[in-house]
Amino acid sequence: MSDTTSQKLLDIQNLSILLPDGADRRYAVEDISIDLSPGETLCIVGESGSGKSLTARAVMGLLPGPKVRVGDGAINFLGEDTTKVTPERLRDIRGNEISMIFQEPMTALNPVMRIGDQIDEIFRFHVSMPAKERAARALQLLTDVNLPDPAGIMRAYPHELSGGQRQRAMIAMALALEPKILIADEPTTALDVTTQAQILKLIKELQQQHHTGVLFITHDFGVVADIADRVAVMQYGKLVEMGTVHEVLNAPQHPYTKGLIAAIPKLKPRAAREQSKESVLSAHGVRKTFGSTGGFSLFGKKDRVVHAVNDVSIEVHRGETLGIVGESGSGKSTMARCLIRLMDIDDGEIYVGDQEISKLDRKHMRPHRRRLQMVFQDPFASLNPRIRVGQIIAQGPILQGVDKEEANKRAKELISIVGLEESAFDRFPHEFSGGQRQRIGIARALALEPDILIADEPVSALDVSIQAQILELLDKIRKQMNLSMVFITHDLRVAAQVCDRVAVMQYGKVVEIGPTAELFGDPQHDYTKALLAAIPGKDWQTEDVA
Amino acid sequence: MNRSTKILRYVLRRLMQGIPIIIAIIVLNFFLLNMAEGDAVDVLAGEAGSATPEYMAELRAKFGLDQPLPVQLMVYLKNVALLDLGYSFRHDMPVAQLILDRFWPTLLLMTCTILTAVGFGILLGLLAAINLNTWKDTAISIFALITYATPLFWVGLMMIVVFSINLGWFPTSGMENIAAFYEGWDRVWDIAHHLVLPTITLSLFYLALYTRMMRASMLEQYGQDYVVTAKAKGLTERRITFVHVLRNALLPVVTMAGVQVGALIGGSVIVESVFAWPGLGMLAFESLFARDLNLLLGIFMISSVLVVVVNLIVDVIYSFLDPRIEVA
Amino acid sequence: MSFWKRFARNRQAVLGMFILALVILMALFAGAFYPDDPFRLAGKPLAPPGTSGFLLGSDSLGRDVASGIAHGAKTSIMIGLVATVAAVFIGVIFGALSGYYGGKIDDALMRVTEMFQTIPSFVFAILLVAIMKPSIESIVIAITVVSWPGVARLVRGEFLALKNREFVQACHTLGMGDIQIMLREILPNCVSPIIVVGSLMVATAILIESGLAFLGLGDPNIMSWGFQIGAGRTMLRSAWWVCTFPGIAILVTVLAINLVGEGLNDALNPRLRERQ
Repeated sequence: MSDTTSQKLLDIQNLSILLPDGADRRYAVEDISIDLSPGETLCIVGESGSGKSLTARAVMGLLPGPKVRVGDGAINFLGEDTTKVTPERLRDIRGNEISMIFQEPMTALNPVMRIGDQIDEIFRFHVSMPAKERAARALQLLTDVNLPDPAGIMRAYPHELSGGQRQRAMIAMALALEPKILIADEPTTALDVTTQAQILKLIKELQQQHHTGVLFITHDFGVVADIADRVAVMQYGKLVEMGTVHEVLNAPQHPYTKGLIAAIPKLKPRAAREQSKESVLSAHGVRKTFGSTGGFSLFGKKDRVVHAVNDVSIEVHRGETLGIVGESGSGKSTMARCLIRLMDIDDGEIYVGDQEISKLDRKHMRPHRRRLQMVFQDPFASLNPRIRVGQIIAQGPILQGVDKEEANKRAKELISIVGLEESAFDRFPHEFSGGQRQRIGIARALALEPDILIADEPVSALDVSIQAQILELLDKIRKQMNLSMVFITHDLRVAAQVCDRVAVMQYGKVVEIGPTAELFGDPQHDYTKALLAAIPGKDWQTEDVA
Repeated sequence: MNRSTKILRYVLRRLMQGIPIIIAIIVLNFFLLNMAEGDAVDVLAGEAGSATPEYMAELRAKFGLDQPLPVQLMVYLKNVALLDLGYSFRHDMPVAQLILDRFWPTLLLMTCTILTAVGFGILLGLLAAINLNTWKDTAISIFALITYATPLFWVGLMMIVVFSINLGWFPTSGMENIAAFYEGWDRVWDIAHHLVLPTITLSLFYLALYTRMMRASMLEQYGQDYVVTAKAKGLTERRITFVHVLRNALLPVVTMAGVQVGALIGGSVIVESVFAWPGLGMLAFESLFARDLNLLLGIFMISSVLVVVVNLIVDVIYSFLDPRIEVA
Repeated sequence: MSFWKRFARNRQAVLGMFILALVILMALFAGAFYPDDPFRLAGKPLAPPGTSGFLLGSDSLGRDVASGIAHGAKTSIMIGLVATVAAVFIGVIFGALSGYYGGKIDDALMRVTEMFQTIPSFVFAILLVAIMKPSIESIVIAITVVSWPGVARLVRGEFLALKNREFVQACHTLGMGDIQIMLREILPNCVSPIIVVGSLMVATAILIESGLAFLGLGDPNIMSWGFQIGAGRTMLRSAWWVCTFPGIAILVTVLAINLVGEGLNDALNPRLRERQ
């Protein structure tokens, strides 16, 4: 065992990380052993709370001490145990031999320091080099990560860059001294899917050039399929399975891994169902712009106007699920809020059945509210923390004039329909997990017995196993209640699974709309093609399907 | 467009934004003047009765008090724009002249106070944050907690008891020893000697405030993601604290320093009256006793304008510290 | 963990609570310990503490300093509380309307708060009391007028953040009215910061009141700590006790309130604490 260790870049043996007293479990990470070789990419996969990020941080001695600390085990980096080296040696290793990139490049970069200076620091603290040479190296690095106008970016502050550009700059910084190991902690989670694909490609290329060992932390099996050589699956701080990417993804052994992989929505469009001709919700030429209007300004600053929704027309038939997909800023969420009259539209018409609702005032809108309900994205922000669950659900019918006792009775029924225990009625939202809260949110929407449910990214804040359960629940009630749904999502896998038809939005416009199978099988618009091409793990999925 | 012209335009724009506030303050002043008992001329003339009825009538005509309120307001605005703030019969001088005379001692006191309070506040807050949970941190925090709760005038009086009466280190009152007829550096030294106690007194409260803010701000910044990045880059703790964290932690403190200028002027009324420092605050105290309301209003207006100007300066400093502020 | 348990864990806050309780008891029972008017001449002038039956000495007119402190406690606590409650009331209304509706109401209100932030508030309070003639009402009004914009800004910020939360949007989709959304959904979620700011405002109000009284702008019929110090300052050389003890009373009271306020802050926002 000791002679193989010498060839490994990294050899973590029986590592345990202690949590502070009073936490829900004693160890964040318990007795895990993993290793990494030069030029290899090891993905650590797990859901939130699995301890994957802490494992990565422990390698660099970056645990949020003193309460969270290494309890036991060794982290051997080329034969040297980083849990035991002096702080000086550890500093020497960081950034020089092991580097790290993070999930949120906006907060991971110092907001008041120029990008060039932040890269320069790495050189200053690890090698002695004249300032001119350091600047030249930094410029070269920014060029290497394919940033446009590297000289300009040297002088720029982080807020002046886009999310993808910031992550490229982070990567440039991390690879400045050609480290032997790059630790990437969910580096693409905050990015749009097309940007994600570019960043993954960049990491792969740079890794091949420099023969870097990459420790890649992610929750997304699609990304794993695209980038990993080997995979380690973690659950509740324990390593449940480790093997080559092929073994783990295609022949998982552990029930947890099996469950996770089974929960991933297949990239196979759902079978087309019979369509009703009856239109329950339609929008015609809807426009919504944002911008600083008015305001006191003597120098007449030019107002920045954003066309969030620009001439969008859609139609939803009875019993149908229409997906609206797009990346951040495409206007899909704004469209959802316009449909349900959370925002007033600037132009266009919205019909519920044959009732035009976009011009109704609040009083006249109230009776129509019942027919349109919404499920929100964030299960933590969508329930009032000060109100009991039963009240949250019963509130809507009471407002619509239903007798209070009747509404409470109905709320209790709904609680069991969405799969919660009846005792939930008298409890507060904070006593529930994210998935359970999302069930409460669904119950609230159903309480009014709506015709149309608008779901705005209802599963994107949830772990993949919970995601599958919520999607299942939505499908069940849709059938039971003959609901029509507008399903907003950025995740094309989810869209493929739940939608009958899909509309693709970009820059506030619908660029393509069609039945799911057709759109996925034969996309017409370039943007749709790009989106589909960028889905992580699409090759693995097609293999799987075929 | 280069950065200096951008800054210049930014300054101009901020100046423009200050104008409506100043106008609002003048209007407020006008209504306060009208709220007082009697008409404005009674107030203007003071209650001493030193103005003759003829002069009062002349004043009424000048201010157009027989006119409706909006017209009076326009006249008032015009007068203020021409720096005509009325006449103080108590001091037998135009109010504007009187305020100008007393302006410089206050400016001196305030400048010294701001520099002391902000400087030492940042230093102590930094020290406390670096030595978190040690005796240094505890001592600084207790000091800040107590000074934060102490009334200014009481601190001043206690300073006088200890350092002037018992120890005899500093003079009890005034700005300089006029009887000594000092000139040149001797005079500067004399004024500095008189300045020590008022400055310390006025600084203490704000010192405590900035210390607490700076400490909290440093601790907050230590928890930010970019600190983890800096550690992951292998930087030293020194570099992380003094280059990365410090600059970010300063931002809210600088903002606060601007916000607190108005309060500082209020404090200077008390401190100047305790130490008989011949500034605007002392003048306000005197006019309070003399019931010279018009003078008080004049001081109020000028000090408000002063705050607008200081806020502008702070904003410009801030725009240098925080690149996220749009100066263009 | 319950709120009180978290609060009790903070020793400083418990100490503050204890001191504050003593001050309130002193204020409540001032009449029982010192039934006579604190302005009454009780004996020999300028008697040092412990002599001539004066626990804390007497001032130049022979008034009992200890009696003044006990009765002054009543003044300070009362003015502090009333002014704070009034300021919080006004501030919440304006802040809520401004934050919730935004637009023109918000613009107008923000101009006003901006102006209030600019004008030196203590000087403004002096002016108001001077114009209205010193009395307990005018002092309360002046303190309220200079204090409410702070609350309004805070509440506006909270409303601004909360009104876009999804649970509020959900209420709109249910057809709930504005008043109900503001009172039942949003307001309960910003009670914690209001309580914290309110408790600290009591301390500030006491400091402003003492400052006004020190400058001679107190209600001439009501004993106050600031008045005692103002009256004693001319005898600083010969009778240090006249100024010293009321000052300590202010210091201790304000300190206690600040400690309680911070304790409330930590107990009401547990997440903030854990991060440190």
